[in-house]
Amino acid sequence: MLSPDEIRKINHEIALVPVRKAACIEALKIVQQHRGWISDDSLRAIAAYLEMSAEELDSVATFYNLIFRKPVGRNIILMCDSISCYVMGYREVYEKLQVLLNIRFGETTPDARFTLLPNACLGSCDHAPVLMINEDTYRGLTIEKLEEILQEYK
Amino acid sequence: MEMPLTQHISSNRPALHLKDYTSVGGYQSVHKALQSLTPQEVTKMVQDSDLKGRGGAGFNTGMKWSFVPMNTTGQTKYLIANADEMEPGTFKDRLLLEGNPHQLIEGMIVSAYAIQANISYIFLRWAYKKAARLIQTAIHEAYAAGYLGKNILGSGFNLEMHLHTGVGRYICGEETALLNALEGKRATPRTKPPFPQVSGLFGKPTIVNNVETLCNIPHIVNNGPDWFRGLSPGSDAGTKLYGISGRVNRPGLWELPMGTTMRELIETHAGGMKKDFRFRAALPGGASTDFLVEEHLDVKMDYQSVSAAGSRLGTGTMIILDDQTCPVGFIHNLEHFFAQESCGWCTPCREGLPWTEKILLSIENGEGRQEDLDLLAMHTRYMGPGNTFCALAPGAMEPLQSGLKYFRADFERHINEKNCPWR
Amino acid sequence: MAIIYIDHKAYEVTPGKNVLETCLTLGFNLPYFCWHPAMGSVGACRQCAVKLFKDEEDTKGRIVMSCMEMVKEGMFLSVEDPAAKAFRAQVIEWLMTNHPHDCAVCDEGGACHLQDMTVMTGHTYRRFQYQKRSYKNQYLGPFIHHEMNRCIQCYRCVRFYKDYAGGKDLDVFAAHNHVYFGRAEDGILENEFSGNLAEVCPTGVFTDKTLKAHYTRKWDMTMAPSICQHCSLGCNIIAGERYGELRQITSRFNAEVNGYFICDRGRFGYEFVNSKNRIQQPLIRTKVPDTNDKQNLYQHLKKILSTHKVMGIASPRASLEANFALRQLVGSTNFYHGISETEARLMRSILQTLGSGQVQSPSLKEIEAADAILILGEDLHNSAPMMALAVRQAIRKAPFEAAQQIGIPSWHDAALLGFTQDKKGTLFIAYPTKTKLDELAANTMHRAPDDIARIGYAIANMLNPLSPSPEDIGQDDLKLAKRIAGIIKQAERPLIICGTSLCHEALIKAATNIAVALGTKEKKAGLSFVVPECNSMGLAMMEAPSLMQAAEALKKGEADTLIVLENDLYRGTQKKDIDDLFSYCKELIVLDHLHNETTGKASVLIPVATFAEAEGTMVNNEGRAQRFFQVFDPKNENFRESWRWLDEFKQFKNGVNPEDLAAPGNLITTLVALMPQFKGAETAAPDAGFRINGQKIPREPHRYSGRTAMLANINVSEPKPSEDQNSALSFTMEGYRGMPPAPLTPFFWAPGWNSGQSVNKYQEEVGGALQGGNPGKKLFPEIPVAGKTFLNDIPPAFTPLPGEWLMLPLSHIFGSEELSIYTPGIAERAPRPYLAISKNDAKRLKVLDEEILQLQLQDQIYQLPVLIKEELPDGLAGIPHHIPELTAIAWPANGILTKPK
Ligand SMILES: Cc1cc2nc3c(=O)[nH]c(=O)nc-3n(C[C@H](O)[C@H](O)[C@H](O)COP(=O)(O)O)c2cc1C
Ligand code: SF4
Ligand code: FES
Repeated sequence: MLSPDEIRKINHEIALVPVRKAACIEALKIVQQHRGWISDDSLRAIAAYLEMSAEELDSVATFYNLIFRKPVGRNIILMCDSISCYVMGYREVYEKLQVLLNIRFGETTPDARFTLLPNACLGSCDHAPVLMINEDTYRGLTIEKLEEILQEYK
Repeated sequence: MEMPLTQHISSNRPALHLKDYTSVGGYQSVHKALQSLTPQEVTKMVQDSDLKGRGGAGFNTGMKWSFVPMNTTGQTKYLIANADEMEPGTFKDRLLLEGNPHQLIEGMIVSAYAIQANISYIFLRWAYKKAARLIQTAIHEAYAAGYLGKNILGSGFNLEMHLHTGVGRYICGEETALLNALEGKRATPRTKPPFPQVSGLFGKPTIVNNVETLCNIPHIVNNGPDWFRGLSPGSDAGTKLYGISGRVNRPGLWELPMGTTMRELIETHAGGMKKDFRFRAALPGGASTDFLVEEHLDVKMDYQSVSAAGSRLGTGTMIILDDQTCPVGFIHNLEHFFAQESCGWCTPCREGLPWTEKILLSIENGEGRQEDLDLLAMHTRYMGPGNTFCALAPGAMEPLQSGLKYFRADFERHINEKNCPWR
Repeated sequence: MAIIYIDHKAYEVTPGKNVLETCLTLGFNLPYFCWHPAMGSVGACRQCAVKLFKDEEDTKGRIVMSCMEMVKEGMFLSVEDPAAKAFRAQVIEWLMTNHPHDCAVCDEGGACHLQDMTVMTGHTYRRFQYQKRSYKNQYLGPFIHHEMNRCIQCYRCVRFYKDYAGGKDLDVFAAHNHVYFGRAEDGILENEFSGNLAEVCPTGVFTDKTLKAHYTRKWDMTMAPSICQHCSLGCNIIAGERYGELRQITSRFNAEVNGYFICDRGRFGYEFVNSKNRIQQPLIRTKVPDTNDKQNLYQHLKKILSTHKVMGIASPRASLEANFALRQLVGSTNFYHGISETEARLMRSILQTLGSGQVQSPSLKEIEAADAILILGEDLHNSAPMMALAVRQAIRKAPFEAAQQIGIPSWHDAALLGFTQDKKGTLFIAYPTKTKLDELAANTMHRAPDDIARIGYAIANMLNPLSPSPEDIGQDDLKLAKRIAGIIKQAERPLIICGTSLCHEALIKAATNIAVALGTKEKKAGLSFVVPECNSMGLAMMEAPSLMQAAEALKKGEADTLIVLENDLYRGTQKKDIDDLFSYCKELIVLDHLHNETTGKASVLIPVATFAEAEGTMVNNEGRAQRFFQVFDPKNENFRESWRWLDEFKQFKNGVNPEDLAAPGNLITTLVALMPQFKGAETAAPDAGFRINGQKIPREPHRYSGRTAMLANINVSEPKPSEDQNSALSFTMEGYRGMPPAPLTPFFWAPGWNSGQSVNKYQEEVGGALQGGNPGKKLFPEIPVAGKTFLNDIPPAFTPLPGEWLMLPLSHIFGSEELSIYTPGIAERAPRPYLAISKNDAKRLKVLDEEILQLQLQDQIYQLPVLIKEELPDGLAGIPHHIPELTAIAWPANGILTKPK
């Protein structure tokens, strides 16, 4: 079931496109924003609302990197693993993160506080290495700064 | 030296609000175009200015617009700003989006007018959260000021503008894949022909332009094509946002005349290589361009010169490979990215890139064999332009093919010594 | 025509087609995967690469995908170019990096497009050294087996299932080299055409699960060209046998009829042939104890036939030959149609219309080309599935014309998808409940049958004022009728579809009037009727009195014995009527292949061959006579063709010597001589004497194996293979190796092309007609339109009777057909009995979904669970048609619904 708030937002997106289905990525984003991820039930609810089959919607949902079809932690760490960050030593930062959180890419801490994901170039190559936590971008990372940064997120 | 694109952008001041922007001459081009020029005249100006697309392919922008059918009153047409910027090593559009979103909106209004599109989208990559907020505000302001919406400035021209943020996939930047993404589909590319100019978003005529391309439009319309061509001493017109990342003293982004040399960029603007690091090579315009090496340092960074040197200007944002970074590891990182970001539609890219990545990893780990170099070369040969469905895979092969050329000795050392000499 | 140059040789070809299909037509062996002649080009697999040169001087050229290039005058191409060849081999190597190489245990092996293409490109050695990715397979229901690791990501499955067949529950998931083709979760594939995945998939990802249950390689099957028995469309099929068991049905290409595909009922409904319920031996029940040898049978029959007055009851599911043999045996005056009164009336009405020449009865191919369609009272997915698929194509293709104007050719599926988006052609549907095609319709009208007919009459009247107009038609209906009339009038190729499913004659008359009103000299309107059984049309054409008249004749003592041919009379007519009918008989002789209620009543029961063990001719719904051939010689020699038995019985009747009997195969010739309406049926296929270079056409591929050993456990000396006296086909692998005439093609195979894709080599032009013309012969004459005659039989508007409901027979693709239900998977998917009523009626009756209501219908009382259908008009109640749990009903029928105490 979609919440009234979700429905309101989805309706807004539907109004902007010529066919209902075309709002599906927006709808996935909206629901993910509310619920953190897209469960099978959420998927079916959105699909039904947009008059698509679960298959059709999942085909879209699974194509994209940032629609989560598995549960994620409260905070998502996206660590850039692309070329400039590679050159500037993202691996060291990643290794430190692994130590601090005891998880690797693709995993979530047992307390569901963090999910750690690799991400393609975050577009801050002049300040590499870079990572994002939720909506915040951290540039020019050093391993020394990491602990302090993580503390911001509960 | 004129810096039309970045003149109002400053790192120690927030982006201009509409009021401040108009007070420094913002939206003049909208007044001029909508009130005194025909759409065809605008297109002609842009064509004459020789503005080439800044998204990587370098096609004449005005020419591209001229393929849009114009004798079609009432037909829906679309203009899309490609702000997906996901090419590794590329961070130029971000500056324009965060620094002065009104400039982009202004450029889009004039461009949409030129092709008589009534609906426009900004397709923004997900990670640009700050840009998203600023653009959203700027769009609201522009609507409120009557620059967007119905009957703009009494010209009878209507334009809607929407911000769409992606959900992550490099291929969404490819203009036809972008159309599918906007339609709420899997972002696999479409065939060309038909070009989007004829059959684009929702099957309607559509122009997709890069952010930087569109930001140039107001200045061309305000100052004329001659002025624009005069901005650069070289063969390509205008200024360019050049960027450098890697082990230089001052990585960053600069607006400079088109055709500035690599050496000037690295030594003057980026402050030279960091202490104890030596320059070995650079990808001149993002991850999908061929390496240029020391002998190319005096190459002018414009479309023609870079391509004469065996690479592409691409996005104009350079990634530097220094002597303390393993070129095999460097290229493996790139191919890992491309393999991950293949949309999975065509065989060479879907199957070839993961294979390439696996070979590179095994060489990097000291498990490579001599034959692997032939296999890599085979991949670069067979994933050339035309062999794959879109330009992703051929782009992916550019750093590999030039890497095999310039760093063959390093590849062989890995194989012979059975480990990575940089580790 | 255009001249193009391939490897420096000039060829004359059709411009505008794509280079791949042109090369294939020219006989080049050019590999491909993602392209399919029915689905067009998308350029995904990159397998079909060729070199394209700018001009004669250009020596460098560039690699292009042949499926994406349009043939243009003066083109210079190379198929043999070393770079193009190397690239094609490379594409295979890429595809094979993750393929499991499990051909030995793969159902596709030996008929695998991927195998063929791999050999074709010369790829032999695998250089990929790393771990392969692997996937989980899904349970997809009783028909389709899933083995994802074999996938080469050609995207054909989703393109067929979703884009072509309108399926919703199969898609592609994820991206890069993790793309996965399947359902969102395990479960039955819902689409009625899912079986085609087994043919569309170029490798063994989607395979036929029923074949798997008694697996045989394609080359080890004995195969024959056949015709589907499970609805009136007459789709062409290939049926394959081994060890006396029917093992597989695949589609047999016919450009006019079913094209490349068949529906799941047709593909999987064959298990009745192998059923335990087959009648094994002749049986004389009146003798005590029951006797069952042929000697006794003959003696007994001789007595009956020479002393009794015998009448024959024909069958809409038996061949023309069988029905005609019966007629010859009993005499034309004693020959009766074995169908209900209503059905007989409907068929007469249809035949009158189609025979009048005022309308044309389109083939499925022509239906695909219609630009506006009106369906009156048919739920096509359930009554004539492949027609639903054809309608879907028409609706999908209509916007292609606009695409052509911006230079997008009709084969360019990739470009068409982007351009046409959700645009579609115009379809109107009038049916009491929702149908699957509703989603494509511009308007749907859920009305009572009479009201549908009235809308139809109103449309006809708007098209031509000479056609009578219904009185007091509602404003809404009038507006709709006007809209529909306007659109079909504008259309260049309008099509009306109607049929017998609702057992309602007014619909047929209304449809006739519309089609007649639309027809002009230049534009003949298409009118397509769906009829009940595979040979309903053929039987109707053999004009004969009805079953009721048979009963009267019996009652009057004009006869005392019945021969019932392949017909379970209890299925079509109320039990008490048939009980009555049989009660007048001294002897009831029944010929059939499966036990059923009628055979249960027989005093003499004679087992007969199914379609797989017999040859025969049938006439499909459009009036096309088509021949099916015996697939194998059954081990049980009692399984003889009905016509053979009946023909033989003539000796008992008239004292003819067996030697005097007309040779089998002459039946059709005699039929045509006696009944000129069948003229042409004799040419549906070459006759038994046909030979090429003095040779017969082998039913077995030349690689057929095990012949000397397969019965060695019984006898080490190889038995003499059966001989086929009736047709030009042989039961062995010996015979003519070249290309047989289309109607005699038992399987498709060409050197290097072991999979079904070899059909390319059998077509005049790839995707076009089979060489020498498609099999079958259309019987209805093309009489020039003389004058327009309109029918006037407008029913009053439907008003529910107090306390009564007008009953509707609702067809189900799985369940409503007599023979296919013997396939366990089909039985599994058949509906449970239900009673569909409107929302209001449910409220009035105070019932909820699935609660039980009592239905009193004719002399039966049922307790049925309620199925509320919101769209159903009040006063109507639907029950699943012809499902075994409900007995036959005399249509039209009213029922009384009450809440059980
Ligand atoms: C794989 C791939 C990714 C691309 N990503 C981007 C991108 O992020 N931003 C962009 O402007 N152009 C991108 N392009 C180029 C676009 O396809 C297109 O050429 C460009 O947006 C046109 O704008 P322009 O003419 O202004 O350069 C990409 C191309 C490819 C093949
Ligand atoms: S090259 Fe092919 S698989 Fe790769 S991104 Fe382009 S279309 Fe997709
Ligand atoms: S058949 Fe041409 S690309 Fe697949």
